[in-house]
Amino acid sequence: MATSNQSSKKPTGIFRLRQEIPGWLFTASGFAVPAIILLLWWGLTAGGLVRPLFLPSPAAVLGEGWRQLTEGILLRDASVSIYRIVVGWLAATIVAVPVGILMGNYRIIEGALEPLISTVRYMPVVALIPLSILWAGIGDGQKILILFLGTFFQQALMIMDNVKNIDMNLIRAGQTLGFSNGEILRRIILPAASPGIWDTFRITMGWTWTYLVVAELVAANEGLGRRIMDAQRYLATDTIIWGTLFIGLLGLLTDYLFKLGGRSLFRWHGDAR
Amino acid sequence: MTSMSRNIKIVIEGVGKTFRSGEASTVAIDRIDLSIAEKEFVSIVGTSGCGKSTLLNMVGGLETPTSGAISIDGRLVTKPGRDRGFVFQSYSLFEWMTVERNIDFSLEKSKLPKAERVELVRHFVQAVGLAGFEKAYPKQLSGGMRQRVAIARALVYKPSILLMDEPFGALDAQTRGMMQELLLRVWEDNKVTVLFVTHDVDEAIFLADRVIVLASRPGKVKQDIPIDLERPRSFDIVTDGRFTDYKRKILADIREETLKIMALERV
Repeated sequence: MATSNQSSKKPTGIFRLRQEIPGWLFTASGFAVPAIILLLWWGLTAGGLVRPLFLPSPAAVLGEGWRQLTEGILLRDASVSIYRIVVGWLAATIVAVPVGILMGNYRIIEGALEPLISTVRYMPVVALIPLSILWAGIGDGQKILILFLGTFFQQALMIMDNVKNIDMNLIRAGQTLGFSNGEILRRIILPAASPGIWDTFRITMGWTWTYLVVAELVAANEGLGRRIMDAQRYLATDTIIWGTLFIGLLGLLTDYLFKLGGRSLFRWHGDAR
Repeated sequence: MTSMSRNIKIVIEGVGKTFRSGEASTVAIDRIDLSIAEKEFVSIVGTSGCGKSTLLNMVGGLETPTSGAISIDGRLVTKPGRDRGFVFQSYSLFEWMTVERNIDFSLEKSKLPKAERVELVRHFVQAVGLAGFEKAYPKQLSGGMRQRVAIARALVYKPSILLMDEPFGALDAQTRGMMQELLLRVWEDNKVTVLFVTHDVDEAIFLADRVIVLASRPGKVKQDIPIDLERPRSFDIVTDGRFTDYKRKILADIREETLKIMALERV
């Protein structure tokens, strides 16, 4: 990439627009920023500049994590929360996939549902908690309902877009070859849209994670989100920070798993990086 | 010319197309009358917005004329069908299928026995020079190679008409030249009626028995020029005096249309 003959004018190295950089540098920079934040955090707390009530030291937070792990709380919380997330997300997905696909292919269905879904998706899910309790009780069902509501509407619209974004000529080719509408849907539109839909799965799963605390806000005894809300009552800042970080970590892990899955499912797909 | 002695394949009679979006309506094609003979290779050229792709889509049954009618072998065109094959500029391959699956997919509705399908696919892979790439996925191929898959896919089920919408428009000049020669070679072996839309005048003349120049906004036939050059053609024909005469004439027509549009846009 480097052009040697204009070395005097060339802005040095990594800060040229859209310039590729070595892979190790890309990865290293991703580790560097958290490392710097961690260092700052450590510096602030170690020097006694901030009281532990407001910001406990990294060691204290890790210690809290260790305590939860050894006492079995972490595993129990995590399994309860993951169960809710998976069921909530799956329920949303099972409905959103057919709805999104139909909306993407039939203008009449898009016309009928798009205004409704677009309105509902701006309604704050937190505000729906009272209704969700009224309708779904205080058990797991209510948590799953909240996760469903937080995920479904966005997801349906995104899947509609995934379907709409495929090359119209693929459908035309299918029509010319004599395939029926159903066959074109199943054998052309669906596979063509699948890498995009998979990416929507990955992104919406991230959103489901962010709704976890909201879902476990009321009437929950266990769960990663519940643990954080409880800690608020006792000003257990280390528990709050540990819980938040742990949810983030699990989210990152899910994201990574989806990326990995996508890469092996869609080897044929062009712009997978 | 030559078309008179052959059977008429496609009849386009008084065809017009108006697009409506809300209140506004645009007349894409005013009125086009054309007869195309069996196994004739017809190029359609014109400035952008002259409705050449729309015309092709209507012959393909992908769009319906607002007025007039199109018939193939005396039967009215109402929908797409396996008597026609399409090649698009955007390749539009099935990215999740290998080269041979892409081509074989065209045969799924053919009720041919498996062995025959395999043989046909093999034959067309050879014909477009993709032997050795049967198991490759489209993303692993260059633009020219992808378009060769598209041509094989459109010919393998033996349609009697091939509709090509600026198929080489996205390719670089060198690849384009090679593809034109390849297309003529494949066409000599599988004589089908070809409607070839392009804005490249050299390409139009080099390939065709007849070049139709469309007038713009709204589209109608401006010139219908039989190309009397012997076949098989090799690429050096572009320097032949007769070739350059055709080219001069067609370029003048297109220039006139372009000027007309520019004048319209100024008001």
